[in-house]
Amino acid sequence: MSDIQPIVMPKWGLAMEEGALTSWLVQSGSQIEKGQEIAEIETSKLANVFESPASGTLRRLVAKKGDVVPVGALLAVLAPLSVSDADIDSFVASFVVEAHTDEDAAGATVERKLEHGGRTLVFKAAGLQNDATPVVLIHGFGGDSDNWLFNIDELAKSRPVYAVDLPGHGKSSKTLASGDLGELAKAIADLIDEIGAAKVHLVGHSLGGAVAFQILRDRPERVASVVGIAPIGFDERVNGDFVEGFIAAQKRKEVKATLQLLLSDPDLVSPQMIEGVLRFKRLEGAREALQAIAEKNLSAGRQTASFHDLAGEERVPVMVVWGERDAILDPRAAQRLPPFVEVVRLENVGHMPHLEAASTVNSKLAAFFEGAERRR
Amino acid sequence: MSKKSYRDAIREAIASEMRRDPRVIVMGEDNAGGAGAPGERDAWGGVLGVTKGLQPEFGAERVLDTPITESAFIGAAAGAAATGLRPVAELMFVDFMGVCFDQIFNQAAKFRYMFGGKAVTPLVIRTMYGAGFRAASQHSQCLYPLFTHIPGLKVVLPSSPYEAKGLMIQSIRDDDPVIFFEHKLMYDETADVPDESYTIPFGEANVTREGKDATVVAFGRMVSFANQVADELKREGVGVTVIDPRTTSPLDTETILDSVAETGRLVVVDESHPRCSMAADIARLVAEEAFSDLKAPIKTVTAPHTPVPFSPALEDIYIPNPAKIRDAVLAVTRHAR
Repeated sequence: MSDIQPIVMPKWGLAMEEGALTSWLVQSGSQIEKGQEIAEIETSKLANVFESPASGTLRRLVAKKGDVVPVGALLAVLAPLSVSDADIDSFVASFVVEAHTDEDAAGATVERKLEHGGRTLVFKAAGLQNDATPVVLIHGFGGDSDNWLFNIDELAKSRPVYAVDLPGHGKSSKTLASGDLGELAKAIADLIDEIGAAKVHLVGHSLGGAVAFQILRDRPERVASVVGIAPIGFDERVNGDFVEGFIAAQKRKEVKATLQLLLSDPDLVSPQMIEGVLRFKRLEGAREALQAIAEKNLSAGRQTASFHDLAGEERVPVMVVWGERDAILDPRAAQRLPPFVEVVRLENVGHMPHLEAASTVNSKLAAFFEGAERRR
Repeated sequence: MSKKSYRDAIREAIASEMRRDPRVIVMGEDNAGGAGAPGERDAWGGVLGVTKGLQPEFGAERVLDTPITESAFIGAAAGAAATGLRPVAELMFVDFMGVCFDQIFNQAAKFRYMFGGKAVTPLVIRTMYGAGFRAASQHSQCLYPLFTHIPGLKVVLPSSPYEAKGLMIQSIRDDDPVIFFEHKLMYDETADVPDESYTIPFGEANVTREGKDATVVAFGRMVSFANQVADELKREGVGVTVIDPRTTSPLDTETILDSVAETGRLVVVDESHPRCSMAADIARLVAEEAFSDLKAPIKTVTAPHTPVPFSPALEDIYIPNPAKIRDAVLAVTRHAR
């Protein structure tokens, strides 16, 4: 029986309670690999492909196309051919959906606030029951902690995870001193102090990558490793159409066109993603915050930050992940990184590898963190 | 951010604008309530509690209980708006609006035009609409098409708690008279609503679902029904786009026409009567501007041309529901040209 692995309805984000299985992309009996796209799932907020959390022989499709089931409900069963159908029947029959993780349960994602110097920094925390070195996830320009929807739960299986809303973004304060990189990095460093761990792993996407490298420069003693996902700071140019378009976009149509630049598959931009961006941009002060941050960091198609001299912090392991079809930051920048940097390049992926190839990125991150911890 | 009801979202919007701008005042029947009865101040907070708590915070000078004379206090609110205040007047049920049509149609709506653009009338009239409350034919109508008909008025139909807060703040900041329609069956619906202030612009439709087979334009409470149908049909392989125009005046015609150009099939869901309704208006728009895009005749889902019945059994079948919307969508998608 222990060879039987359940595949269950994932929990994508705090609000998700149930999901609809829109379609199966695999058939019963097939051999599937961890990270393989096996189904399409839709929630009240988004639709995405579901990547298998495990490898094995798919013995049973329990949920049918169109079924709406709670988070944690059994979708399918993986087991070697040596396991009998009868054993699988009894596994399915006796499967119990684990108590829905509400906010108080250990391991659930919770939303927290850090009030510091008149500023509110909002972040999500998960996996707090784990002892391993925590990881801090820092989103990019115009994003928020929900950008890590497909990563938080997976990373939180083995370590505490903190996904922050950068100043001026998400639910954090929209009032900025200047919006420069130093201010953003200082806010995250305050969070690291608040977490209280000796060191943390930093994962930053795009502008959040520059924030992570800035923290490495300012406070190397607190950094266990840095991962830049399509990071700012290793090239001079940035797609100005995106930055300016994102700030200017007022209507759905305009927001949709800008968001499509982020992904290799434009069909992944759902009405919910568009409305999410509009909801952020409608908040008082959000537009001014974006303008200030862009002016300091991404002005006129140019990146202000530069981390070409990264070698100085060589003792801290660094990994960079880049999608080959990134239309915002040129992935060729990854070719010019110092040799000690581990580089992961992903085909058919745009500017959001952690969303477009979540499963691959999650396993690369987990392995990289473990390696970094062994080196210490 | 937290879960808030439609009722609390509207109250939060009014309260935050009252804090921001001392010209914003609230007036209406029992907006506080309990006047003159010791210990009963703010006993009501409006007939369904939307304005509860405002008078204790802002005082009786800014939260006024009015006599039961709609024609007098709506006229007073229009005059106050024209002379520098920004009143939010509550006219309990839209069904009672008839006694003050002159103040609204001939006065408030015409000031800007008749005074050569020199007058502004930043007036919000909040009112309840909609059937399903077992309140019979004089307390259940959906009269937003009447107000949409009058140039000079803006007409707002929030379809969720999030929409209600952003559209109310926009209404209060707008310099023209706005009729703000609150569906009485939605007050206890909850959803994520930011604590911060935000505005949703008028005349910009929301697209709540995207699909390539049919376009459903739905108003107010009907939006959630349409979403439910779109989700159901998507699992059955039929793609439905759902458009929530948010405001019937101004109307975002571009979003509707763009979508019909893509899908070629239109269903309009409107809780009001069928004649001279938003359903008729949108059908006219698409027949006139996008006839060549249509692959099937337009379908409308509305209440019938009768008063709202008092019989609960009849009232239940009177209101458009997801089953009727589903039938209409399937009728247009299965139509063979």
